Amino acid sequence: MSCSESQFDDGGLTGRASVRSMVLSAVLVVVSAVVAVMLAGCAAPAAWEKGNLAKPEMTFGHDALEQRNAAHVYASKENASGGTGVGGGGCGCN
Amino acid sequence: MNKLIGGGFAVTAVLAAALAFATSNARAVEPGQSAPAIELAGRAAPVNLERLQGKLVYVDFWASWCGPCRQSFPWMNEMQAKYGPRGLQVVGVNLDNNSDDATKFLSQVPASFAVAFDPKGDTARRYQVKGMPSSVLIGPDGKVLQVHTGFRDDQRAALEAAIVAALPVAR
Repeated sequence: MSCSESQFDDGGLTGRASVRSMVLSAVLVVVSAVVAVMLAGCAAPAAWEKGNLAKPEMTFGHDALEQRNAAHVYASKENASGGTGVGGGGCGCN
Repeated sequence: MNKLIGGGFAVTAVLAAALAFATSNARAVEPGQSAPAIELAGRAAPVNLERLQGKLVYVDFWASWCGPCRQSFPWMNEMQAKYGPRGLQVVGVNLDNNSDDATKFLSQVPASFAVAFDPKGDTARRYQVKGMPSSVLIGPDGKVLQVHTGFRDDQRAALEAAIVAALPVAR
């Protein structure tokens, strides 16, 4: 009797656990799909789609000369450039 | 459970890779392959690349917001005037979303060559334009001869030499 009871208890536990894992896996699949779709949206704009990014109001500063200087210093100190607008008027060569 | 999470991540990675691939599946245009089609509304007349077979075609992708594009216009005018009689046709493909921006630009910077409008960028996608401006030199047989990105004044001579070398009508 005790044996069957323990069997029944175990069965109940595994049943609940399997429902929980099913729900979890469903959630995981949905989250994966959403993340995948969102990651694909992280693509950089194509070269010809930078019209709005090239506008002066899309830059951080207000003084063109000062920004140029800051970018130059940054490039020489950090050995990195870009991220402050569309380089070289969008030609992607600077 | 760990297996499940691992599987979930694998699915995510595969989906992300597939989607990223789908957004950039077209190959870059390379010399030797036949030039993708261009069929667009133009400023004076519609521009169709197929009808320009037999001519040396210099296709330039430009936009009003692009500084080096502005620099390239006088040079392209010069090329059209100089080599037009020997079979060169310069085609400027405008990629502004808003055609009014292009019209405004053209009123400031004159263009004495064929100008076509591609506000949706389909042609640029087909040619896999990597930077602005981009130019593609297409031979009289419709094959790509040279692809060039950007425009600086010190590149004028090299670009002109490539045109001269490929002109269909000898002097």
